[in-house]
Amino acid sequence: MTATMTAPAGETAAPDTTRPLLEIRGLEKRFSLSGDFLEQLKFKGGKLIREQKRVHAINGVDLEIQRGEALCVVGESGCGKSTVARTVMGLLHPSAGEIRYDGQRIDDLSTQALMPYRRRMQMIFQNPYASLNPRMTIQQTLEEPIRLHHPDWPRQKVADKVAEVMASVGIAQDWGKRYGHEFSGGQRQRIAIARALAVDPEFIVADEPISALDVSIQAQVLNLLMDAQQQHNLTYLFITHDLAVVEHFGTRVAVMYLGRVCEVAPTATLFATPRHPYTRALISAIPRLEDDRPQHIRLEGEVPTPVDLPSGCVFHARCPHADARCREEVPALIASDGGAQVACHAVEEGRLD
Amino acid sequence: MSLLEVNNLDVRFALRRGDVKALRDVCFTLDRGERLGIVGESGAGKSVAAFSLLNLIAKPGYIAGGSVRFDGQELTGMSDRALRRIRGHRISMIFQDPMMTLNPVLTIGEQMIECLKAHRRIASREARAIALRKLQQVQIPSPEARLDQYPHELSGGMRQRVIIAIALLLDPDIIIADEPTTALDVTIQAEIMALLLELCEKHNVGLILITHDLGVVSQVTQRMLVMYAGRVIEQGPTREIINAPQHPYTQGLMNALPQMATPGERLNQIPGSMPSLDNLPSGCAFHPRCSFTQRADGSERSACHSQVPEFVTSGNCRVACHMVTEMLERERIPAEETTR
Repeated sequence: MTATMTAPAGETAAPDTTRPLLEIRGLEKRFSLSGDFLEQLKFKGGKLIREQKRVHAINGVDLEIQRGEALCVVGESGCGKSTVARTVMGLLHPSAGEIRYDGQRIDDLSTQALMPYRRRMQMIFQNPYASLNPRMTIQQTLEEPIRLHHPDWPRQKVADKVAEVMASVGIAQDWGKRYGHEFSGGQRQRIAIARALAVDPEFIVADEPISALDVSIQAQVLNLLMDAQQQHNLTYLFITHDLAVVEHFGTRVAVMYLGRVCEVAPTATLFATPRHPYTRALISAIPRLEDDRPQHIRLEGEVPTPVDLPSGCVFHARCPHADARCREEVPALIASDGGAQVACHAVEEGRLD
Repeated sequence: MSLLEVNNLDVRFALRRGDVKALRDVCFTLDRGERLGIVGESGAGKSVAAFSLLNLIAKPGYIAGGSVRFDGQELTGMSDRALRRIRGHRISMIFQDPMMTLNPVLTIGEQMIECLKAHRRIASREARAIALRKLQQVQIPSPEARLDQYPHELSGGMRQRVIIAIALLLDPDIIIADEPTTALDVTIQAEIMALLLELCEKHNVGLILITHDLGVVSQVTQRMLVMYAGRVIEQGPTREIINAPQHPYTQGLMNALPQMATPGERLNQIPGSMPSLDNLPSGCAFHPRCSFTQRADGSERSACHSQVPEFVTSGNCRVACHMVTEMLERERIPAEETTR
């Protein structure tokens, strides 16, 4: 009965470990800025025309996430990294492209058919002050997902599961009776992680889970996420803008710029030999403890608006290596050394080593 | 004599349940053209420290004691009228969120001219020329056009450049920057910090930089203070503290950084969290989280639990920690015996 098992003919129903857990193909997401149909009508040059403005949040993203890895998506605000996370979770519907989870397409499923997947994939949000219901005790918060996904469980079994998950993230049993506002940011994020783990997921999407926390608390939460990964054999899609965290936490890294992936590489490769000009600038901009002087690569101008996308490579206007081809042709992700994939004409042509 | 001298500054917030001591016994100095970083986690008191210099603490906060001497003048207890001649003129501020600092209904030019006219008798045309020159200094593209634009028409990075231009407008002696790049992206942050550093050096302006980012402090400042629960716990030359932190909290903070660990390994976390200011632990405020309250021989150092540690000078740094005090005493006693 479970949709999990209704794999298309020709594919095995048992989990295939060689197949990526999550595949994103040609994903696009546009948000309309122009309101409803009547608001889109404009009177121009004696004619009534329909004008639509759209924010192009994601413009053709291809990603694969293997079982057991932590794929980090990095980029600056507005690059579409959170939109990718939300689209994967089914909180937003893609405008184009498809998302496959364990071989099964999930982006076009009904809410009902999506339920088994919702149990297997859970999300941790950035702001633990907003993601906990203020009117629920911690016990209720942790019970809710279990009750939703296992309506047949007896009360004692639910309570046992909550106790188990509380112990595994290191929160005391007496927290259960208290409310979210009684806890600090780090403690709340612990509760949010416990809630995600309560239904034994295999895949967790974490959208900037430590950005709102202090340095010493960040380390605690990051350790917790890494412990959980080992104990429960989790796969992560980790969204962040903090490159130091990525270097520590990620198995592979995808760098996004203006709704496109410009480079995907194993973490060590990316930090040792960044290929894409944007990745180079990004990595050079991390404030390091060692050197006294900032030695960052200066980028011209600012990120263009995602309403009117630039032609060709989205990065060309700020790229010191851009030429005529970059201004016209959109670069595709091409495999490079060390398991990296780079979307850059200059790298492909060998103009840039 | 330093340009700015802060001594035993005490700031409290009068609440119904009693006074909360937000700042206790804060001392530091800033020389002309010097760049000082104030580091700490949220609630450590770093912003209160900066705001109290110009008496910008809102009620129910008040300065309960101590002194702030700027260029020979005492700023605590100074009248608002007299303070206004210093605020924004000789000491200016840059805040975290540029959108909140700029007036949304005035153009960039109007706000800059308003600021100039508030402090100087100056013709509008001349004020506009100064404003334009400052916008050029902060390397804003097409500065002339920006003068007639409203804040919402600019990007976050550009707004922060405008804020820096306004801070520099009256050629101040000191700029206090409270998390100036926290709201910005990494690449923009790097540019804004580089700009701020360049301008401060060029015009010999002192900088008090408040941040939680040790990387930024390390790159921009010459000296730094580390704050914890309303007190300064360590201060000294930035390079020395970054390379060899002495206070267990500073060490913990540095070790907790992902850069300090092997990728994929657990990070060295500090257990627990910072106590709230109205419920401070006895003795050293850090002792419940500290892993050095026991001596090497296993005996408990009772002073950590009962006495607030005094500052001791260790090398070029000043540290408030009983362990460091003990270590220094142990080193000094044998040295004195041999000289005898």
